[in-house]
Amino acid sequence: MSDLHTVNKSPFEKNSLESCLRLSKAGSAILLYEDGVYAALKGTAVENMIASAVSDKKVYVLGPDYKARGLADDRMIDGVEVVDYAGFVDLVDANDKVQAWV
Amino acid sequence: MKFSIQVNEGPYQHQASDSAYQFTKAALEKGHECFRVFFYHDGVLNGTRLTTPPQDDRNIVNNWTELAEKYDLDLVVCVAAAQRRGIVDDGEAERNGKDATNIAPRFRISGLGQLVEAAIQSDRLVVFGD
Repeated sequence: MSDLHTVNKSPFEKNSLESCLRLSKAGSAILLYEDGVYAALKGTAVENMIASAVSDKKVYVLGPDYKARGLADDRMIDGVEVVDYAGFVDLVDANDKVQAWV
Repeated sequence: MKFSIQVNEGPYQHQASDSAYQFTKAALEKGHECFRVFFYHDGVLNGTRLTTPPQDDRNIVNNWTELAEKYDLDLVVCVAAAQRRGIVDDGEAERNGKDATNIAPRFRISGLGQLVEAAIQSDRLVVFGD
């Protein structure tokens, strides 16, 4: 039994990522997409939040959204995995529930 | 696997409509089934055929219609949200005394029960919104 949590807002705009990471269980999958991808960058105020999340949760970034914002691959926090839309579909398939933190 | 999709945002405020469309398309291309796409709140603005974006801009309404034609999708617009925002089909025009309709091809207007049914009948409900 695992859950997929989707976060689509920048952590610098809303606190949905913080709520998601605080309330989601260990073993959950977290997908950052749309402006949520900014959370995956190194050297920001929320880097530690993501870096510690990857120890007991799987954190994914939607590649097309990351690229569309001109973000470089080498700026991504280690342990974060990139997926495309097909990978997004696979994550929904593989987890029992999807919780959107809109 | 059987998916349903809920879209809560219009095409010109945030990215939700595009994300929902790309996700639905990817799911169908992978061979999954889409039981229903339910448009709620400003999401109903995905369903007006009177929108005319510039030619070099993506036309999300047409994209939905074409996807629905290809995969026989059920595109449902919430009636209460539609009435507030002026999304009208023949039945609504007659009921509310309106002089025109604007519902896009392959979309239909129905109630919130359709969302509940979609949640019950599908393996996964994926929500896209602001």
